[in-house]
Order: sequence, then C-alpha cells, then structure tokens
Amino acid sequence: MTFRLRHLLGIEPLTPADIRTTLDLADQYVDLSRGPSKHTDVLAGLTQINMFFEASTRTQASFEIAGKRLGADVMNMAMQASSIKKGETLIDTALTLNAMHPDLLVVRHPQSGAVDLLAQKVNCAVLNAGDGRHEHPTQALLDALTIRRAKGRLQRLTVAICGDIAHSRVARSNILLLGRMENRVRLIGPPTLIPARAADFGVEVYDDMREGLKGADVVMMLRLQKERMDGGFIPSEREYYHRFGLDAEKLSHAKEDAIVMHPGPMNRGVEIDGTLADDINRSVIQEQVEMGVAVRMAAMDLLARNLRAERAAKGGVYV
Amino acid sequence: MTTLFANARLIDPEAGTDGPGWLLVEGETILATGTGEAPEARETVDCGGKCLAPGIVDIGVKVCEPGERHKESFGSAGAAAAAGGVTTMVTRPDTLPAIDTPEVLEFVTRRARDASPVRIRPMAALTKGREGREMVEIGFLQDAGAVAFTDGDKVVENTKVLSRAMTYARSLGALVIAHPQDPGLSDGACATSGKFASLRGLPAVSPMAERMALDRDLALVEMTGVKYHADQITAARALPALERAKNNGRDVTAGVSIHHLTLNELDVGDYRTFFKVKPPLRAETDRVALVEAVASGLIDVISSMHTPQDEESKRLPYEEAASGAVGLETLLPAALRLYHAEAIDLPRLWRALSLNPARRLGLETGRLARGAPADLVLFDPDFPFVLDRFGLRSKSKNTPFDGAKMQGRVLGTWVAGVRVHEGG
Repeated sequence: MTFRLRHLLGIEPLTPADIRTTLDLADQYVDLSRGPSKHTDVLAGLTQINMFFEASTRTQASFEIAGKRLGADVMNMAMQASSIKKGETLIDTALTLNAMHPDLLVVRHPQSGAVDLLAQKVNCAVLNAGDGRHEHPTQALLDALTIRRAKGRLQRLTVAICGDIAHSRVARSNILLLGRMENRVRLIGPPTLIPARAADFGVEVYDDMREGLKGADVVMMLRLQKERMDGGFIPSEREYYHRFGLDAEKLSHAKEDAIVMHPGPMNRGVEIDGTLADDINRSVIQEQVEMGVAVRMAAMDLLARNLRAERAAKGGVYV
Repeated sequence: MTTLFANARLIDPEAGTDGPGWLLVEGETILATGTGEAPEARETVDCGGKCLAPGIVDIGVKVCEPGERHKESFGSAGAAAAAGGVTTMVTRPDTLPAIDTPEVLEFVTRRARDASPVRIRPMAALTKGREGREMVEIGFLQDAGAVAFTDGDKVVENTKVLSRAMTYARSLGALVIAHPQDPGLSDGACATSGKFASLRGLPAVSPMAERMALDRDLALVEMTGVKYHADQITAARALPALERAKNNGRDVTAGVSIHHLTLNELDVGDYRTFFKVKPPLRAETDRVALVEAVASGLIDVISSMHTPQDEESKRLPYEEAASGAVGLETLLPAALRLYHAEAIDLPRLWRALSLNPARRLGLETGRLARGAPADLVLFDPDFPFVLDRFGLRSKSKNTPFDGAKMQGRVLGTWVAGVRVHEGG
C-alpha cells in the first residue's frame, strides 16, 4: 500500500485510488481499535505535533489518540494561547517548530490556504485538520468510510448535504470526495448559505429540503454556526429549523434506509432533531467519531511511510 | 543642442501611425519628425529599426514616501520607472500620512525633484486623511501642483460628502479620481465570487459591486458636472454604464490596471499572494471584455497600479496578506502581450499608456509632435526574456510575473531630452 503525496492538504489532489487505499487501511485500523490491544508501533520514534490555531476538542483528540495508538510521540500545541498572540507570523512559528524536527504536523487554522502556506516551509509531512472555509480532508475521508461501511459501497449513491455549505470546509471536502467516487451530490440550504456558482461543482442545488431529500441514501447535516445568525445570513433560528432542520417528517422523504450523518458538534433543535440524532437505526453520528480515529491512523501511517522512504533514499539517519 | 533619433520605428499615438522615420530633439522638446532623408544634428542615436514612442504616463503609482520608505522611495521608484519606459509617474496620495495638505505635498514634490530621474506629478487626497468626511483644500493643493484628487482605494461612502467635494472640485476644474467598489458588498472580500473562490474557500465579492459604485458615481457626475476618472474598471458588467455616460457627453474617463488585462482569477492558484490585487483578479470573460474595451477606446488609460509590498506583508495566509503588485518595470512588456496576441496595435496601445493619461491630466507629454516634451522610450517589442523578480529595481519585489515569459525590452528612456536609462 502506497500513497503518492507528501502531505494531506486536501481532497482536491487525491485520485480515487488514493482514497480507496486510505479507506482500506483505515478498515484495518478499525479492527485494531476494537481489539484487545489498541497499540502498534508503526510510528514509533516519530514525533507528531498537533497545532491548532482554532479551538477544537474532537478533531484534536481524534488525532492525538490516532497518533498514540500508532506509537508516535504526540504533542499538542494550543496556538491561540501562544506566540501568535505575541505577534509572531505563521511562517516564523512554522520555522521554529521545524527546527525541533517533527515528522508529522497536524494543523488547523482559521484562514483558507494557511495550511498550504505552512507546508511549503517545513520538512515534515503536514496533515490539514481544517483550514478556513477551504478543506477538511480527514473529515471527508471518515465520512466516506462511514458511508462505505453502512452502505457497502461508495459509488452510485445519492448524498444530500444540508445546511451552511458556504462557510463549511467539511462540505467542500465532501463534495470533492463524493464527486470523485462517482456519487450524486445534492446541496440543500437557504441561498444565502450556498456558495457562489455551486452548480458548477457538478452538484444539484435545492432550497426545498423535502424535494432535495427525495430518494437520498445519505443525509449529511452541517452545523449552523451561531455567528451566521448575527451576520444576517438567516432570519432566525426557529425559521431555519422549520425549513432546514432535520426531523422525522423531512427524513421520510429520503430513502427508507437512508442514514443520517453530522460532523459534530450538533446544535440539537437548530439543524437536527435530538431524538433523530440518537436513533441508532438511522443516525451513524457515533460511528463517524469512531471512523475518525481509524482514518487519521491510516492517513498518518501512509504519510509516514513516504517520509521514511524519502529519508532512506536521501541516505538520512532516519530509517 | 540637437539630437537625432535615426532609423526608428515611430509609434505616434496621436496620429495613429506606426512606421519608419526619424525624430529630432532640440533641448527639452521635439523639433520635428519625418521619413526619408534625416537632418543633421549634434548627436545621433541609431535606433536600429526599433520602436520609438512617447514615454509612458502612469497614473496611480504608489511611492511609499512618506511613511513606508522601506517598501519604495522616490529614488527606487524613479529608477524602476526609467527602466520601464515610464517618463511620468502620477503618484498616489495613500501614504502615511495621506497627502492631504499643501505642506505634505510640497515635501513630496521636493523629494521627487531630488531623487527621481523621471517626472513626478502628484495626486492629492480628496478628503482629509482619506476618511471620507471633509474635503481637502482642493484650491491650495491644486496651486501646489496636485493634478488630481482621489482617496485611492478608499471609497467615499457618504454620498453627501462626495457630492460636495465634486461640486467644489468642479468650480476649480479639478479632476476627481474614484475607485468604484461598493464598500458594503466588497467588505472583507479578497477574491471575485465564482467557482474558483468558492472552491478555495475565500471570501469573495461579485463584480456587480463595481457596477453599483460606478452607477452611483456617474449619477453624481451628472448632478455636479465634475471631471471624473474611474481608476480601475475591471468587470465586464461595468462597461455598459461607462459607455452610456460617455455617449451622454459626461466628462468621464476610465482606467484599468495591466494586471486585470493580462491575468485572471485562476492565476491565484494555490493561494499565491503576489496575485492578490485590489479589486481582485476577475474571470477570463471579464479580462477579454476589458482588452476589447481598451482597443475600442472605451477604457482610456492603462496603468501599472504600482503598489510595493515587502515580503512580510505578502508571506501570510491569503486573506491576511497585503494587496497590490509592483508594475513600473513590467508594465511595458506585459502591455505588449496584448500587441503580440494581436488584440491591439501599438499606436492604440500607446494612446492608453501615454497620450490619454497625459491629456486627461492636462500634460503636454504623450505625443511625438513638434513642441512636445522630449519624453521618449526606445524599445524592442520582440525581445524575449524570463522575468526574475530579484532583478527589479523597486525595493519591493512583489510582482505576479516572476518566472513569466515576456517579450519587450526598454533600450533607452529620455526625459526632457536627457537619457535616464540605457538598456540592452
């Protein structure tokens, strides 16, 4: 199993084969994580640094557990609290860290493209844990794994992505990945939350949720961020819930066996009905979290293999 | 003292001609042009059949004095201009502090005289501190040498303030230059809305913001009768409004930056901040429409919108990075891309680069006629090269053309009959 890329910055550069490779390896890591001993040493001797310039609980924890299960030395840096506050630029922070010889750098940043910029300046493998409104590749990969395991396949499915598409990196990465694997993607939301020229992405756009859900195999809900309300993108929470919140009635328009997904954290009663989110027959939200660890283990394993190969070719001291 | 430019290919934007000939300079001015037998002169410059044209008049050059001399000074900008065939820099007032009093303007004029080998004609702010609240001393500033009044890329949001400034400027015959962008719509945007910006996740603005602001400004022009110039028209959708105003006999002209004529939004690629300009680069359909508008004369002026930025202000995430690109030295070869693409002939191109901006500002340059100042550029339009940004004379190296294949090299630049640059 090999992977062509040095970094995982987004879904955009991935081929269907890259995606399948990652998911196949992740399947193995699901088994490992469910087994009696959750530990391997494929990343032994490597240093993983999690740099989060934006608050995160789940993604950071997921990357941390993934690294630890693979035997890496993991360090978390809460960047909002550190040198950024002292006026250091992103590049300087990157160079400082680079001097400590990390092997895997997991980065989240509030600005689109910031992780790409950082990747140009360091000698290690960089994983994008979300940059602005651009991409969140491991989220799309974990969603893909969840879908593949629930539906038995990852093509010819109709996937409806609902909510705040415009500000969502999760949506962008999912649109790219699902499209690349030859699925039918629909975007549902108020036009103020749909990105400009979205139809050019090769998706269908709906502003009526019932119509958009018709015949869907997968219903992917997105979190509505509170600050969008203040920005005047929607008139009120209750009107949003009425028109675009997922409840049993709206879900009845999708296929009978349609699964419900959410990248979390959820706003119960804003974008999704609480009972529905907990319905183990429909909701795969907990599985998504589980798959997150496995997918991140797979991604880091693949990048580390390349890193070791590259260093061996250079005759480096690392093996 | 006479100088003969022999064996030249004369590009005369006023006459609209492009052909072999000679040009005779006496002292600071052009004495005669002709074909065939050349007259005797004290000194002869053999042009070797290359193009001789009026020097470029570049409206909207940012020289970072006062305030940010580490980015650009009159000395470095002047050297860059001379090397780029620009003989008159029309400088912007968006410095620190803004050029909004006769005293600051006099400082600029003095620094320019001491340090720059090319002519400098300063613009002044339209409102104090470019804050859009009170108009500047338009009369005093005009007396001190301001050729136009503009708040640069800051839009005067308050329509009443703008209408008063325009009315007052009208009484003095002053030219008002505006940056037509609706401030509400374009707030926070760093890309043009469309598929590319959506995929990159960048906050974007519709090109309609430009048309809306232009419509507003043109209504105020109709109301006040002021002389008006739009610094950059970059969207196809703004062109019909401009055409209508011109057809209705309004005293309106428009410019466009060389970057919007030669690059499009896709050039940003993977967040390359050297391509971040204001307004943001547009779609290819816009670019094509703009080139046609320059060829037809609907857009009057091409400028470099020279905006020096140091490495630190560009090596940032795209949204945070500073806007602007240097352009004094790349304006000529980039503009020649339009000529090589057969979109425009050289006399028409030189109207937009030299004659029209000079006329708009009431300058005598931009012509090859008898009595015009001997501001000249001699260039080889075909000379191929690959641009290396570290070879630029500007203190700042933020050019989007780094590594680009270009054609066109300045062989010599003269200002008032004096050679200020020797290339090749």
